[in-house]
Amino acid sequence: MANAHSHDSHDAGHGSVKSYAIGFILSVILTVIPFGLVMYPSLPKALTLWIVLAFAVIQVLVHLVYFLHLDRSAAQRNNVIAFVFAAIVIVLLVGLSLWIMFSIHTNMMAH
Amino acid sequence: MSNLVTNAGHTHVDGHGHDDHHHDSGEMTVFGFWLYLMTDCILFASIFAAYAVLVNNVAGGPSGHDIFELPYVLGETALLLFSSITYGFAMLALFKGKKNQVLGWLAMTFLFGAGFIGMEINEFHMLISEGFGPSRSGFLSGFFTLVGTHGLHVTSGLIWMAIMMYQVQKNGLTATNKTRLSCLSLFWHFLDVVWICVFTVVYLMGTM
Repeated sequence: MANAHSHDSHDAGHGSVKSYAIGFILSVILTVIPFGLVMYPSLPKALTLWIVLAFAVIQVLVHLVYFLHLDRSAAQRNNVIAFVFAAIVIVLLVGLSLWIMFSIHTNMMAH
Repeated sequence: MSNLVTNAGHTHVDGHGHDDHHHDSGEMTVFGFWLYLMTDCILFASIFAAYAVLVNNVAGGPSGHDIFELPYVLGETALLLFSSITYGFAMLALFKGKKNQVLGWLAMTFLFGAGFIGMEINEFHMLISEGFGPSRSGFLSGFFTLVGTHGLHVTSGLIWMAIMMYQVQKNGLTATNKTRLSCLSLFWHFLDVVWICVFTVVYLMGTM
């Protein structure tokens, strides 16, 4: 039962100076590189776009793990399930909205 | 009911979430707050979708490329990231029971957050005074709505943080205050996560 060791895992779920420091350093790297690539363009535009997007996704994951302490422990299971559900809703919401709107745009031949 | 087993390290009765003012009820509160944050994610996702639909509708006005200053945005990002780690240290101090350290780290977090909001207000002020307010174009409406909604969240977080500093000062690190600070921790780190999406989708992709 998840609650059986709620206190122990609760403490473990607060991270440590080390975990916050790792998260912070990773975040700095994952922020500075995309800013640098856009401020001083040196790669093809499409490649830059994919790198920037990939770094954003990785940085979100870094924050979730090191700052919000999501992990695979029993105490975090419900939080992770809720997050995964929200993520699915977000992908559907944003993806389908853009699909619909840009299809309309194309089919109406607005331009 | 056997829900009087409240010592830390012990656990409680299966499935009784209503034993108020106990440790486990604090965890339920934090979980409930997490669920609220997930709905807030969906609010932001909707605004991101609206922004993405509107981003090319500049109505002859400026595009992101014309108005965004990346070094300035990098400064804002740095402030928010610093505030995230100082809040983390406040939480570490909280679980060591060091009240003054908690207050100190919260004060630093507050200053970083206030700096972020100050920079954002300044950015909005400059844009509006140049005639690039939210009514100028679909793009700018989307931009002000998205960045402004995030800014309002950060502002609420700052107000909450000020209240928590007062409550910790007055009542100490009580179980209630621990629960509240845990919720604020989630809120604060969550806003940093949203900001990653904002600077990527709005500022970086807009400047590219």
